[in-house]
Amino acid sequence: MEALRAENLYKTYGHGDTEVKALRGVSMVAHPGEVVALLGPSGSGKSTLLTGLGLLNPPERGVIELMGQRVLEDGRAQGDLAALRRSRIGFVFQKSNLIPFLSVHENVRLILTLNDRFGADTHARAQELLEYLGVGHRTGHFPEELSGGEQQRVAIARALAPAPPVILADEPTAALDSQRGRAVMELFRKVAREQGTAVVVVTHDHRTLDVFDTIYEMEDGVLRKVERTA
Amino acid sequence: MNLAMKDLRRQRLSFSATALGLGLLFAIVLAMGGIYRGLVEDATLLVDHMNADLWVVQRDTRGPFAERSTVPPGLEDRLRAQAGVASARSFSTATIQRAVGGRSLRMSVVGLSWPEDKGQSLPLVAGRPLRDPHREVLADRSLWLALGQNLPLGDETFTVVGLTKGMLSSGGDGCVFATELDARGILAWQAPEARRLEREGRLSRLALTELDSLSNQDRLKDERFLPPTLAPAPANAVLVYLRPGASLDSVRQGLETWPDVTVYTAQAQRDLLLKGVVEKSKKQIGLFRALLSVVSGIVVTLILYNMTVAKTHDIALLKLLGARSSVVVKLVLHQGLLLGAMGYGFALAIAKVVFPLFPRRVVLGPGEFIGVGLLVFVLVTLASAAGILRALRIPPTLILAG
Repeated sequence: MEALRAENLYKTYGHGDTEVKALRGVSMVAHPGEVVALLGPSGSGKSTLLTGLGLLNPPERGVIELMGQRVLEDGRAQGDLAALRRSRIGFVFQKSNLIPFLSVHENVRLILTLNDRFGADTHARAQELLEYLGVGHRTGHFPEELSGGEQQRVAIARALAPAPPVILADEPTAALDSQRGRAVMELFRKVAREQGTAVVVVTHDHRTLDVFDTIYEMEDGVLRKVERTA
Repeated sequence: MNLAMKDLRRQRLSFSATALGLGLLFAIVLAMGGIYRGLVEDATLLVDHMNADLWVVQRDTRGPFAERSTVPPGLEDRLRAQAGVASARSFSTATIQRAVGGRSLRMSVVGLSWPEDKGQSLPLVAGRPLRDPHREVLADRSLWLALGQNLPLGDETFTVVGLTKGMLSSGGDGCVFATELDARGILAWQAPEARRLEREGRLSRLALTELDSLSNQDRLKDERFLPPTLAPAPANAVLVYLRPGASLDSVRQGLETWPDVTVYTAQAQRDLLLKGVVEKSKKQIGLFRALLSVVSGIVVTLILYNMTVAKTHDIALLKLLGARSSVVVKLVLHQGLLLGAMGYGFALAIAKVVFPLFPRRVVLGPGEFIGVGLLVFVLVTLASAAGILRALRIPPTLILAG
């Protein structure tokens, strides 16, 4: 079963002269444990696709399925999209986007609380993930006290906390130097392999493409799979 | 996880400062109510304390608290002779301002009916009631006079033998209690030059009458002499106390037939005081208070709205992560309620510490505390609604815009 399946997605902005076809029949799949890259120049429709897959900006046409469950069909939600976002999709952004008034531990625990999970097991789960991502010693700190790389690790821990089948990452290494950027990409690979999560990453960084299992390239709203050469 | 509390933990200083500012605003709203209540209590204090059944005052006047009132000599005795009257006593009061110990002291002089009333029923906090019919006074502690202090009033120097608490005139001035005769003497006092001119006037008037004689002229030159044709200083009113079982209405109706006096029940005198002295202040304070409540509402709304705007990014992130609307609503509402609660707490503290230092009494009862507390609750709830509407309109995709 695919963790994520998108089929024939269409999205148009504006009308008449200002009309822009951002997605033109986009289809893609991501399997559990797979790391997928979305490449493409600015304005190619990558962000529209990501927000569509993230159920934030639903395409007008097409189907999106998560773990075999149809969640969106021709712009109509097949359930509570916010509930699906908090339980089935993890988000990682260019900036870490941690909540500044919560400690590292609380930031990770927050997503569990939003999923109505309370009590000691949420503490243990947050701590376990922070340890797993190498920031276990920073649990009591606030985001502003962490380096950029550490903040992204915490953001990944937050994304992983509810054990979602899919993580969507929007240029997660753009604010990091190459060494830290590569470390984050390798972390995604590790997470995908060990947690069985499908990770879809929008990136411009061609130096880390070896980390990905599948690469898609987007141009003018059309997505095409890039065949890897040996 | 209470996000509102977590947020405030990080900005406790600025939040506390904001709450303190609001507290000052709420304290003024509280003070307005307390000042009005103080005005009412001060205005009716003496009427209530005298506890008379009837107030007999100068004909066609509203009594000594509203205007000048003088009653004829001998009225006390005439009233005592009426059926149903247990006792009657003269009452004199007026506000004077004198220099005492290098400061200007404004006080309300009140006469006590010696020897029945020595001030024993007054709320004494130090000293004792009057023992001597002359040159002793009881003073309210709001006048900052000390026990044993000499108080020059008129030709006499009085000694403060007791201190009362909370005995103020309808104008809010501290009361000084002397025997009725001493009080009238103080109130009728004239400067020596004024008295010399009065003696000369009497002599010239005497010269025009058949009473003119050398002996009379000599006596009129003596400044201590008051000719028997001149009445002593009159009282302002006479208070009537009825016998148990006597009908208030029948005694009042009987007295109302007298051509030289007007009669009020204690309640009527109280009502006159409230309408005359307090009514305009009540309207003034009421309007000011309403205006202040509106200003408080606007200030609270702006504060909560700006607090929400400052959290736009965090709210967008919460929504992107799939937070229910109730999580966002609670975040804004909890902060609003907490701000209101803290502000009101500061207002209560200010009321306790600062209001007693006000020159006029600020009287706050449970009704006032509950009323203003409810007002604060309604204000912060409505103000939070403005913040909530704003928060619910924040799109989660804002996060992706960077």
